[in-house]
Amino acid sequence: MAAPLVLVVLAAVTVRAALYRSSLAVFIAERVEVASPLNAWKRVVEGLALLDLGVSPYSGAIFHETPLIIYLFHFLIEYAELVFMFKKQKLLIELDKYAPDVAELIQTPMEMHYIPLKVALFYLLNPYTVMSCVAKSTCAINNSVIAFFILATIKGSAFLSAVFLALATYQSLYPLTLFAPALLYLLQRQFIPIKLKSKSFWLYTMQYTSLYLCSLVVIICLSFFLLNSWDFIPSVYGFILSVPDLTPNIGLFWYFFAEMFEHFSLFFVCVFQINVFFYTIPLAIKLKEHPMFFMFVQLAIISIFKSYPTVGDIALYMAFLPVWSHLYRFLRNIFILSCVLIFCSFLFPVLWHLWIYAGSANSNFYYAITLTFNIGQILLISDYFYAFLRREYYLTHGLHLTRQDGTEAMLVLK
Amino acid sequence: MGLLSDPQCRRALGRLLLRLNTPLCVLSYLSGLAWFLLLPLLAPRTYLSENAMGSTMVGEGSDLGPRALALARDFGEHRRREGGIPVSWLSHTMFQLGLEVHSQPFARTLPFPDEAHERYLVRGTNVFGVLRAPRAASTEALLLLVPCCEGGKNEQAVGLLLALAGYCRGQIYWAKDLIFLVTEHDLLGTQAWLEGYHGVNLTAMQSGPFPGRAGAIQAALALELSSDVLTSVDVAVEGLDGQLPNLDLLNLFQSFCHKNGLLCTLQGKLPPPEGPSGPGYAQSLRTLGLMVLGQAGGAPGGPHGLFLRFRIEALTLRGINSFRQHKFDLGALGRTLEGMFRKLNNLLERLHQSYFLYLLPSLARFVSIGSYAPALGLLLLVLALRALELWMRLSRSEEGEGEPPVGEVRGPSDPVPPARGGLLYLVPPILISVGAGAALYLLPVRGQAVATQHFPVGEAEAVVLALIGIYVAGMALPHSTHRALSGGGQRGWMTLKLLALLALALLLTCLALLNFSLGFLLGVTLVPPAAAVRPGGNRLPLALLLVLTTPGLSLFMAVLLERELLEAPAGLGEAWQRFLGALGQGLLQEHLHGAHLSPLLCLGAYPCWLLLWNVLFWK
Repeated sequence: MAAPLVLVVLAAVTVRAALYRSSLAVFIAERVEVASPLNAWKRVVEGLALLDLGVSPYSGAIFHETPLIIYLFHFLIEYAELVFMFKKQKLLIELDKYAPDVAELIQTPMEMHYIPLKVALFYLLNPYTVMSCVAKSTCAINNSVIAFFILATIKGSAFLSAVFLALATYQSLYPLTLFAPALLYLLQRQFIPIKLKSKSFWLYTMQYTSLYLCSLVVIICLSFFLLNSWDFIPSVYGFILSVPDLTPNIGLFWYFFAEMFEHFSLFFVCVFQINVFFYTIPLAIKLKEHPMFFMFVQLAIISIFKSYPTVGDIALYMAFLPVWSHLYRFLRNIFILSCVLIFCSFLFPVLWHLWIYAGSANSNFYYAITLTFNIGQILLISDYFYAFLRREYYLTHGLHLTRQDGTEAMLVLK
Repeated sequence: MGLLSDPQCRRALGRLLLRLNTPLCVLSYLSGLAWFLLLPLLAPRTYLSENAMGSTMVGEGSDLGPRALALARDFGEHRRREGGIPVSWLSHTMFQLGLEVHSQPFARTLPFPDEAHERYLVRGTNVFGVLRAPRAASTEALLLLVPCCEGGKNEQAVGLLLALAGYCRGQIYWAKDLIFLVTEHDLLGTQAWLEGYHGVNLTAMQSGPFPGRAGAIQAALALELSSDVLTSVDVAVEGLDGQLPNLDLLNLFQSFCHKNGLLCTLQGKLPPPEGPSGPGYAQSLRTLGLMVLGQAGGAPGGPHGLFLRFRIEALTLRGINSFRQHKFDLGALGRTLEGMFRKLNNLLERLHQSYFLYLLPSLARFVSIGSYAPALGLLLLVLALRALELWMRLSRSEEGEGEPPVGEVRGPSDPVPPARGGLLYLVPPILISVGAGAALYLLPVRGQAVATQHFPVGEAEAVVLALIGIYVAGMALPHSTHRALSGGGQRGWMTLKLLALLALALLLTCLALLNFSLGFLLGVTLVPPAAAVRPGGNRLPLALLLVLTTPGLSLFMAVLLERELLEAPAGLGEAWQRFLGALGQGLLQEHLHGAHLSPLLCLGAYPCWLLLWNVLFWK
């Protein structure tokens, strides 16, 4: 187990090191698919320069990282490359060792044994991760914080889980929605029934919530004392929520708001943002027995609907796909959907070239491929979701269903 | 719910797809071809969409004929005396005409000697004069380019350029700077000038600091002219990598030809007779075919081709003097140029209204992307159908391995199928195919020094021969690879073929957007073998089909076809010489101008084809 893992890590590090040194690194770092205004390395450098000059990094419109990150890099700037290359990878692998705990018991131990390796493979050798790492996108840090959070949750440590969730929320706001699955999982671990009338349920919920809120407040106050101003609140969270930067990316926001009349945009920003958070409620009700699957779906929803998505976010939820490999046989469109995703990934740069460099296409071409890519992702997630539900149904009702008249029945999604 | 979420319906569709796959594929391929052949009939007339150029009238008052000829004689004399481009005379003359004159020396060492143009170490000077716009700040510019090649060519073009510059200097209505540029060593000089003007270095061109600039260039015209009188003007549109200028520029040219009574041709072909007729259709189809071949080749059709990459709309105009009775003097062409520049002078924004992605069956008609894309789409459908069929068969055989039949589902008590880690047997063929492609791309130019040491060949020959050698050697690989590993059996080749089909489909989809003609030609040749190939049985016909459609041989066929379409059929020997020349030029284009054709073929099409070749010889 350890040997292949080491091999995978070595391979992953070699690929990244080779790409760092090659001329491709600049090209990748400039791709809008890889670096968003929130996490581009260029902008971090700008923020650092401003900080060095004694100017608030948020005084311009360039820098949108949180204060802690900038101070972190302030110390680490010389080792930045190493930080990017090693930090997140090591952490993720540690996480993945525990990931199979959530895999269904029905799988043989042999299968389970390989899942961490597969997860590591999926994450470390995923071209999306490699690209966002080579672009030095700070998305890697967000991902590792979220990975830590999941690890802590799986280990059952409510305190660490709350702290890391607070960190993740502080970093990019959207992980707020992961609160529900984490709480559900911890409750399940404590064998506390999820009933609105039960006292212990409320007690534990209050406990976890206050832990989370306290750490969030501490982190935010710490940022305040570092910079001595509240500038970062509008500059980071206002930037995430009100979407002022309409640089094209792989998300759904930019085209929509570039085309829209100004006086409608506030309403639609609200609609789009509520959309991200809204799915938590129905999913929490439907998947309250399966918080880990809930977590996966929620991560995917964040990465599809967030305001500045990059391929690094997609890589995070894709790393979870091997965990659900037992759903493989219930998936129906996996071939077509993976083809759609692969084709779209290649068409992004092609259409970008036609639009920006050759001038023979326009933004509609690029947005068309963005839409296709996102629809592909949504269908993929719903395919997994449906497969999960079907599997649950078979587990409770037995595999060979019969109709009332004795013929073989079939499950149909209506 | 929908058609696809209902399992009954899905199963029925799947069965239909499996049973009717081959007829559907054949139908789709043939309809793709038929669609392409019908394109000349689907082409609407061209029209000028840019308002700023359409509604305003301009009157041309110049009569430049005699002055142009006198200047051309002077220029020719000085060129003969200096044995190259007479920089000082040109600068002096331009200065006298009232232009702001600059010259730009450049140097370039080619990666290997260019036999077609007989050059290796190239040194030259570009001379250009800027006419500053009296009515606006120098924010925008128009450009007239005359490449000054070796020999007595293009003297008249330089004369016309100087005469036009003198005339334009006297006019007061210019709102955009006019740049009059004379480049040496045709495309090389143009490349050096463009890189210098935009302050970039894309190729290994060495040139000094750039002396002077005008505004952002909105449009450019290149002029090639070698006789005192002309019978017709041929217009070239294809640029580097098959990029095309905005259709409005072509429309503008055509409308002025019409106004001045000039006869203009496209791809050397006269406009076909109007109305539906057999010969008219044949003529249109021939012109269309030539355009597709030219665009697929990715080589610029003239010096204008390099401008397109810098987002400058450009055309090349070639004066032709044939045996036709009715001749024009240079004055008519001068008036056309003057008119075009005056209309372009009225532009308020970049040319963006009309089409960028089009094919031309004649100068007056065009096929837009919406009309021609289905032709390639139908070819791609074949690949999609085949891939789906393979996928269904693969997943079915997986279910069928002693497990419950399709539709039923394995329960918790059933043994889990063996881990799907058995894809390792796919690694060697894929690695070898990609490696062969990389070798084909890297070795010929890098290894020329080694080759010339050990074999009695010249450097240029060594490169071309190495290219052919590696190409053919790649075809011998399946035999040697299979000895090293045990094949994956039935599933093995199916998976490999699935991968090859997907890779090919991906390549063609990207090409369809970047360079439709290349994508279509590759599709026409590679789709049938990709759909048909399978190991076992009688391999000979399939092997023959594969060899006939290999990208290298397709290039040879394209050379033959081009001569055929030009109505100057070439024998096999001549075609072979041209083929070798095309290989060398293709490699040079990549190094000199950054053309994408040779990397695409080496790293994209060739490995795809090798994968198919591997499938054929799967054991």
